[in-house]
Amino acid sequence: MYALFAVASSAHPALAALGGDVASVQADQLHMRGTLRTTAATSYSVHEIQSPAGAVVREYVSFAGKVFAITWQGRWPPDMRQLLGNYFDQYAQAAKAQGRVGTGRRPLEIEQPGLVVQMGGHPRSFRGRAYVPDLLPSGVAAEAIQ
Amino acid sequence: MKDPKKLLILIFAVGLACGFSTGCGGGSSSSGSTPANTITSTGANVASISVNGGPAGNYPDASFTTVTVCVPGTSTCQTIDGILVDTGSSGLRILSSVLTLSLPQQKASDGNPVVECLPFVSGYTWGPVQMADVEIASEKASSLPIQVLSDSDFVAPASCTSRGMPSDGNLGANGILGVGLFAQDCGSYCEQVQTAAGDFNPYYECASSTATCQAVGESLAQQVQNPVALFSTDHNGVILEFPAVSGGEEASVSGSLVFGIGTQSNNALSGTVYAADPATGNFSTTYNGTAYSDASFIDSGSNGYFFPSTITQCGSTSNAPGFYCPSSTQNLSATNQGANGTSGTVDFSIANALTLSGSDDFALSNLGGTFSGGFDWGLPFFFGRNVYVAIEGQGAPGGTVPYWAY
Repeated sequence: MYALFAVASSAHPALAALGGDVASVQADQLHMRGTLRTTAATSYSVHEIQSPAGAVVREYVSFAGKVFAITWQGRWPPDMRQLLGNYFDQYAQAAKAQGRVGTGRRPLEIEQPGLVVQMGGHPRSFRGRAYVPDLLPSGVAAEAIQ
Repeated sequence: MKDPKKLLILIFAVGLACGFSTGCGGGSSSSGSTPANTITSTGANVASISVNGGPAGNYPDASFTTVTVCVPGTSTCQTIDGILVDTGSSGLRILSSVLTLSLPQQKASDGNPVVECLPFVSGYTWGPVQMADVEIASEKASSLPIQVLSDSDFVAPASCTSRGMPSDGNLGANGILGVGLFAQDCGSYCEQVQTAAGDFNPYYECASSTATCQAVGESLAQQVQNPVALFSTDHNGVILEFPAVSGGEEASVSGSLVFGIGTQSNNALSGTVYAADPATGNFSTTYNGTAYSDASFIDSGSNGYFFPSTITQCGSTSNAPGFYCPSSTQNLSATNQGANGTSGTVDFSIANALTLSGSDDFALSNLGGTFSGGFDWGLPFFFGRNVYVAIEGQGAPGGTVPYWAY
């Protein structure tokens, strides 16, 4: 259960994304020029950024201050470099390796010990999520990341 | 794609296709047994489509057809086979490496070439927008923008490459024929440049082959077009018609791509209409007690059923990462709901994607994998069904367009 506790639209520059600290949420918000809405669960908070054209990114931040998961939904895939931050290269390598395994268009499913990235959809509607299993707060299941 | 083996090969389960509730007759769809679907084989509006592995001979559960492209207004034409038929996108895209014609380049108002970056889940297509006459079966569309897929003519900007991995080189096809719900690949969103970095721009203008490309707005008519919507007749949609796959797997299966809905004696609407969200093209599916609202779509360009499930996956280091590998075939059921209030049950089965290694079969009716948060009814859904795709704004009969019907 989430309780809405803050609505903010100010932005502060910072570094980005998955595995980053809470300041990276503001960096992403600034990057997207989006509006930010924050809700809290028992062991983490969810920062939802909506772009002017309606793309939605949700960043899950543990009480330790780390972004442990990100979800997105919109007409197009998000800027993965921005959202995955230091994990982007790992993602890109894994995606490339998977592309070599077989031919076919299908949802993206990257599952590595240190990183999970999933995305599906089609032009005009994409949705996906990425998380770092080791950073999930204890007691939080991957299913909570929607 | 250089790997000689196709990714997935099928189960050896004799009689599998007869094992679930839709019966052996081939039909399938809303509840109970239905007679085998009829495949339209003749007509000026009928193109042949095949699930045969494609031009590289390695692509399971993908349907291919042949298109002819011409320099606009001339008889200088090229016929290209191995074109992936994709109900999940709109517009014709052809690999530059197979194109022998020199097509006129679309230019922005300042004279610079227009180049597109179109993201798909497994990567993006990058390359110039050029003009062509397009013929499929006896249907023709004149002087429409298509995309020529090329990594080398222009430099993809970071805003494009950060969306995923390029897919041009390993399409497993000579091109993509997007015959989806939309008349253009992007729509009104692309008429102006989106200025917020969080909002992607698919269209660019590139001053030279080495210049940094800049986002550009494109009118609806300038965007890459669904060729069907520009046919002079039979332009309100398509029907994909495939027979059921005998025994769950066959080397290949042939069917028909029929143009128009209710415009000729061979394309009357039948089945249930599932209206789609006019913005996303999605409808809703309920599976295993969970409703996936506005998150479900029918995509002949996806090579399996993709949906959230706890069915065992094949493993990330296997030859089928992300696909399902149950120890025995799973018979499943889900309910689709259209935006117009219709609903119907779909029975389907998932077999072990890895058990199949070594098979030469490309038509696999029980192939599936994971998709978090939605339902992707890929090519196996089309086997034994006639699936109607009614294009937005083109006045197909049967209710509010765009819609799917089956």
